[in-house]
Amino acid sequence: MTRSGESLRPEAETERVTLSIDGREVTVPEGETILAACTAADVETPTICWAPNLTPVNVCRVCVVELEGSRTLVPACSRPAEAGMQISTDSERVRHSRRMVLEFLGSANDLSQASEIADWSRIYGADPARYDGGASDVSADGSGDLPERPGPERVREPVRIQDDLYIRAYDRCVLCYKCVEACGDDAQHTFAIAVAGRGFDARIRTEYDAELPDSACVYCGNCVAVCPTGALQFRTEFDLRAVGEWRPDDQSVTRTVCSYCGVGCNLDLHVQDERIVKVTSPADHSVTSGHLCIKGRFGWQYVHAPAFEPPTTSATEH
Amino acid sequence: MADLHFSDAEPTASERRAVLAALSVDEESDGAVVVSHPRVVRAGMQRRRQMRHQLLPALHALQREAGWISPGGLNFVGRTLGVPPAEAYGVATFYEMFRTEAPAHELSVRHVCIDPICALAGAAPLAEHLRSQGHAVHEGPCLGQCERAPAVFIQGRREPDRVPADGSGPDSLLVSITAPAPEAPSLLRHMIGREPGQSESMSMEAYRERGGGAALDAALRLGTDEVISQVTAAGLSGRGGAAFPTGIKWRAVADGEGPKHVVANIDESEPGTFKDRLLCELEPLAIIESIAVAGLTVGAEHGWIYIRGEYPLATQRLRHAIAQARSAGWLGDDAAGSGRPFDIELRRGAGAYICGEETALFNSLEGFRGEPRNKPPFPTTHGLFGRPTVVNNPETLLNVNEILRIGPEAYRSVGTEGSPGTKLFCLSGHVGRPGLYEAPFGMTLDELLGLAGGVQGTLAAVLLGGAAGSFVGPDAGGLRLSLEDTRAAGTTLGSGPVMVFNDTADMSAVVERLAKFFCDESCGQCVPCRVGTVRQHELVTQIRRTGRSTEPQRELLGDIADAMGDASICGLGHTAASAVLSAMRLGLLGDTAS
Repeated sequence: MTRSGESLRPEAETERVTLSIDGREVTVPEGETILAACTAADVETPTICWAPNLTPVNVCRVCVVELEGSRTLVPACSRPAEAGMQISTDSERVRHSRRMVLEFLGSANDLSQASEIADWSRIYGADPARYDGGASDVSADGSGDLPERPGPERVREPVRIQDDLYIRAYDRCVLCYKCVEACGDDAQHTFAIAVAGRGFDARIRTEYDAELPDSACVYCGNCVAVCPTGALQFRTEFDLRAVGEWRPDDQSVTRTVCSYCGVGCNLDLHVQDERIVKVTSPADHSVTSGHLCIKGRFGWQYVHAPAFEPPTTSATEH
Repeated sequence: MADLHFSDAEPTASERRAVLAALSVDEESDGAVVVSHPRVVRAGMQRRRQMRHQLLPALHALQREAGWISPGGLNFVGRTLGVPPAEAYGVATFYEMFRTEAPAHELSVRHVCIDPICALAGAAPLAEHLRSQGHAVHEGPCLGQCERAPAVFIQGRREPDRVPADGSGPDSLLVSITAPAPEAPSLLRHMIGREPGQSESMSMEAYRERGGGAALDAALRLGTDEVISQVTAAGLSGRGGAAFPTGIKWRAVADGEGPKHVVANIDESEPGTFKDRLLCELEPLAIIESIAVAGLTVGAEHGWIYIRGEYPLATQRLRHAIAQARSAGWLGDDAAGSGRPFDIELRRGAGAYICGEETALFNSLEGFRGEPRNKPPFPTTHGLFGRPTVVNNPETLLNVNEILRIGPEAYRSVGTEGSPGTKLFCLSGHVGRPGLYEAPFGMTLDELLGLAGGVQGTLAAVLLGGAAGSFVGPDAGGLRLSLEDTRAAGTTLGSGPVMVFNDTADMSAVVERLAKFFCDESCGQCVPCRVGTVRQHELVTQIRRTGRSTEPQRELLGDIADAMGDASICGLGHTAASAVLSAMRLGLLGDTAS
């Protein structure tokens, strides 16, 4: 099987399994996930840590569904579909857990640049403010000497700007592990970053929080490309946002082929005001699976260099 | 490895020596060549990748030598084992016993337990006292010595770890509330045929005189199918807390193909639990024998002991027992004359409650962060190193020895229909005689407390099952302590902790500490548990401060509990709200009027 799940031998028979999604029978190839079955059944499923080009880590738990006979909910993104499964994607239990996951993240992180999570939060009615004022009516009861109640604990991190290529704003990080996967086994095999610490204090870190240029980072930017919250951001985007000039609606996307070597990676050039502001690669591209190297990702500044003018020499004057 | 990037930091000579000593790696070759056996020398990249499971022992060596995991030391370990430094750092920062910042002193560190029973017994003043004497003190979670609270564990700096109460303090109380007849099952009476402190009888010879080795002989005589059928007929279920039927687990692994593993999960870190420590200290050879029985029965070649890092005496005795078992031929290429290889390797944890979760334990043992894996697939097919694996609590394994000794029928003669056999209960707190008690399943809580000297003072609440369990009130004395009765009552036996609180205990402080325990011990991997445990603790703290809860607060606690219970990856998240909710129901956090 290739990375995208296509069989290398098209003639090989794939077993198929039939399961029920919200009462509808769906048939998918064996080995596919419940998430794929949901998609096949036209049921949209929220995901944060899942991506088509990464191994599912099932940590965000926003995709959970109810499986008949299972004591707990199960993650749709990683659980293989089995024949006869009875799945509910919109039960009270499912809606509750999805809402709570979104609420938890909203109460702990800066999600101002996580538009998909914001959309799902609206759909599921997540209200992170519930954790702000739970006891305000109690502290107003006149007992007077109550110590001031701190607000809910949030992830607080300074923006790490250590080079010209990308920034890390970990107060936006929801620990979806995508960057770790992209840096490691799933794409780059550089292993420059990992999760460090434990519990609420767990963070994405280089060893001893070493600055990126001193770390193993090779600046492929694959971590930035998979980040769902803007915690990792290309410097171009970060600088434009800082001056209020980041306008996705005004950007065009042009597909081309990287000119640096003969591999043939597809590039999507995101262009705003006649300037390249970001380079990505399509996740379903057979060569890249969405991943690039430093040259394809960041080596485009020459496009904006002034046109070359041959030097004038005394010889040409003759 | 050539393709890994390391900083310029170099290890000190002593760090280097300590790591190499821990890994039995050839220093001349800078770790590239590994002498894994006197006649087998392996080298190269592939071998290095296979060495990652030595990461935890290497980090232990660095911590002991330097008092922290320094960048130079970490680089050396990473280079030697082929582990990227960012990942090694991620592992080092996962554990309570490892520091990644240089300490300001050269001292061994005294860990003082601050969990409920030790807090009642004066952990805070003890920590103060130790500090005032110039000691380095680290206040942390349960150290597994609740019967002799407050607990202290000394993490050695350039000296072995030790527990002051071992050897110097009073021996722990062991009581078997079982029929004295030889045909009745009793771990303490028959498997642990010895009183605490009698270290002279640790020899294989003495163990054999006490009947040791009979289970291994029986297992080999009966063969795989008969052993598993006896274990199944006896109705044995796991004693680590989940109560999964042991026979089903063993059958599944026995049916698996290729290399297999058996793991003794001795990472008991549940506040209130100390039984596995005592079992290992008292009769380590019985533990080794029981692991060999499991290994030879399911056809595994590799046995592992994963024991919590805070148990130096149990660790030392198990290591000694492994050496004796090798000498006696129980372990090795022809284990116990079976014609098949089986050996046991011991690994120490480094302070992480979550590593008692079986899949987190696998990750920890393999040299990764102790984060649980999603199930399915289950350990019986995809366990340690992705291979079929039996992972059992040592109490469960010893019960197999008992079943082989007396047969399934006699085994079922005690206990209840749904819970045959006996259970080890760890009694702590406000009881007359805290200690380890073995009782048949089905004994009432009142009877058990009575046998432990009764409640001191007026009973306020009993916490069954530890932090992951639930509180029962003074009216629960008639509760029968069996799996089915506790389940019906909405509580659990867990791994057997029974923590007793009288009306002098500040119960709201106890509940707040339990909520904090889960914040500290959540691995942080999944959102419901990572954030849910923090929000739960914040709410409990608010309620405790005001002395009463509001309707929105109670609703929010319920919402958090439902999400953690339904959507978390593992049992830690599933049970993280259990004690808090039961405390709310019993009014232990104050009145519930809004």
